[in-house]
Amino acid sequence: MIQLENVSKEYTPGNPAVTGIDLHIEKGEFVFIIGNSGAGKTTLFKLLLKELDPTSGTIRVAGRDLSQLKRRDIPAYRRNIGVVFQDFRLLKDRNVYENIAFAQRVVETPYRRIRREVPQILSTVGLAEKYLSKPGELSGGEQQRVAIARALVNKPDILMADEPTGNLDPQNAWEIMKLLEQANEDGTTIVVVTHNREIVDAMKKRVITLENGVVVSDVEEGGYIYED
Amino acid sequence: MWKKVDIFMKINSLGYSIKQGLQNIVRNKFFSLASIATMIVCVLLFGTFYAIIVNFDHMVKNAEEGVAITVFFEKDLSDEQITMIGDQIRSKEEVADVVYVSAEEAWETYKNQYFAEDPSLADGFKEDNPLADSANYQVYMKDVEKQQQLVDELRATEGVRKVNSNQVAADTLSDFNRLLSYVTVGLIILLLAVAVFLIGNTINVGITVRREEIGIMKLIGATDMFVKAPFVFEGVIIGLAGAIIPLILLYVLYSQVVRFVMEKFQLLTGIISFLPAGEVFRVLVPVSICIGVGIGLIGGLFTTHKHLKV
Ligand SMILES: Nc1ncnc2c1ncn2[C@@H]1O[C@H](COP(=O)(O)OP(=O)(O)OP(=O)(O)O)[C@@H](O)[C@H]1O
Ligand SMILES: [Mg+2]
Repeated sequence: MIQLENVSKEYTPGNPAVTGIDLHIEKGEFVFIIGNSGAGKTTLFKLLLKELDPTSGTIRVAGRDLSQLKRRDIPAYRRNIGVVFQDFRLLKDRNVYENIAFAQRVVETPYRRIRREVPQILSTVGLAEKYLSKPGELSGGEQQRVAIARALVNKPDILMADEPTGNLDPQNAWEIMKLLEQANEDGTTIVVVTHNREIVDAMKKRVITLENGVVVSDVEEGGYIYED
Repeated sequence: MWKKVDIFMKINSLGYSIKQGLQNIVRNKFFSLASIATMIVCVLLFGTFYAIIVNFDHMVKNAEEGVAITVFFEKDLSDEQITMIGDQIRSKEEVADVVYVSAEEAWETYKNQYFAEDPSLADGFKEDNPLADSANYQVYMKDVEKQQQLVDELRATEGVRKVNSNQVAADTLSDFNRLLSYVTVGLIILLLAVAVFLIGNTINVGITVRREEIGIMKLIGATDMFVKAPFVFEGVIIGLAGAIIPLILLYVLYSQVVRFVMEKFQLLTGIISFLPAGEVFRVLVPVSICIGVGIGLIGGLFTTHKHLKV
């Protein structure tokens, strides 16, 4: 599903954020990416979403080279990827309902389905009563859950979550993880960046560790080996 | 995974985009109003000048119908020769109609015109028609521009004694009409340019405010069209409002002015005849709305193209 070959990215010449990444993620896999701050995890996500282009190397998703993607094909590509951004990227002047409905409008979901599915996903993430609040009126954890709901609502082929539990208490964090596991069982390929040792150790999934922009370990049913 | 994205919007996206466009306008009241006001001035000017020009044209046409060439004959011309000259004039393409006026008819008309107040004054001429030699052809032109040429031709024709024409009036009328059209077209083009600029600026303010939102939309997989549509609609709505408001104003104004002139200057009704409002607005409404929508569309497409390289 996701194939990186010798991928490097330098934001400014001479300062690589990621270097020589080789990575294969199969369809239907559940993968954790861990690593210290500044290791290049978010950069990797941006490359996968084609928000950034690599300085060198090739990225293939579902068999297609992202560098060959034409401008007008990018929207179709991104619609298959649900992303939970590290900084949430919610629309500040719209309420919770609108933020999620927005993701569906972008992919031209019919109104009737929007009206049915938004409340569903909101109750799944436990925010059913807050649907009229603006992001500024929510706690960090609540905003994070809105971001997760938005990423899941279109049932994407690939879900990439950048620290989706960073602001959550252990109980909420586990609930979110169960949600991701559920989506994974329904066929979605899941890539999660996290610093949550307890979850990584308990879930026994594939763990890829980045250090200073380089993959230092890649273990099936791995644990949180990194000391932070 | 590699499905194609529909380039054409579905109906509910269209509704959403229009709603967003309206919201942009409301949020950005000051610029929106300035743009609408400029459009209003544009369409008002256009409508006013259009109404003047078509009415003027209408009056000129009326007047042209009265502009005739009068052809008098040599004294001893036979009836057959007169008929021949008539046929010759009638066969010309620029001639609309040729009417024969006998000496008696000419006298009747003259009497009615000059002795209308006291017909008895004319009685002195009863026995002896003072216009005995004034049998003539009244030639009505289809194309006034060719009038002078025809007059020259007729003057050279054998059997023709005199040709009268009213060339100056015909010339002045069409010259004035042409000048007015040029000035108006120039002014309107200038104002339309201002309107495009203002609408573009208004839309750009909205784009600037929504930069972050637009970025997020793109990352979620919004097409360029989906991102741009609200801003284009914003322009179109401004253009439409800027056309409909002045059209209503113009309609009221036109009816009032026509009624006022007709009442106050009844004497002139023979010379001044206005077109009915329906006839003027049958053209003015679709043209103005096309201008409004067109200008909004141009402003919207141009601005999104320039400032939304997302
Ligand atoms: N826009 C940018 N311009 C220049 N350098 C950047 C930019 N974004 C990130 N970097 C640099 O690239 C490196 C990797 O950053 P990245 O955001 O990928 O780290 P991360 O692994 O996500 O860290 P964290 O766990 O703190 O989120 C860092 O050294 C960072 O300073
Ligand atoms: Mg990061």
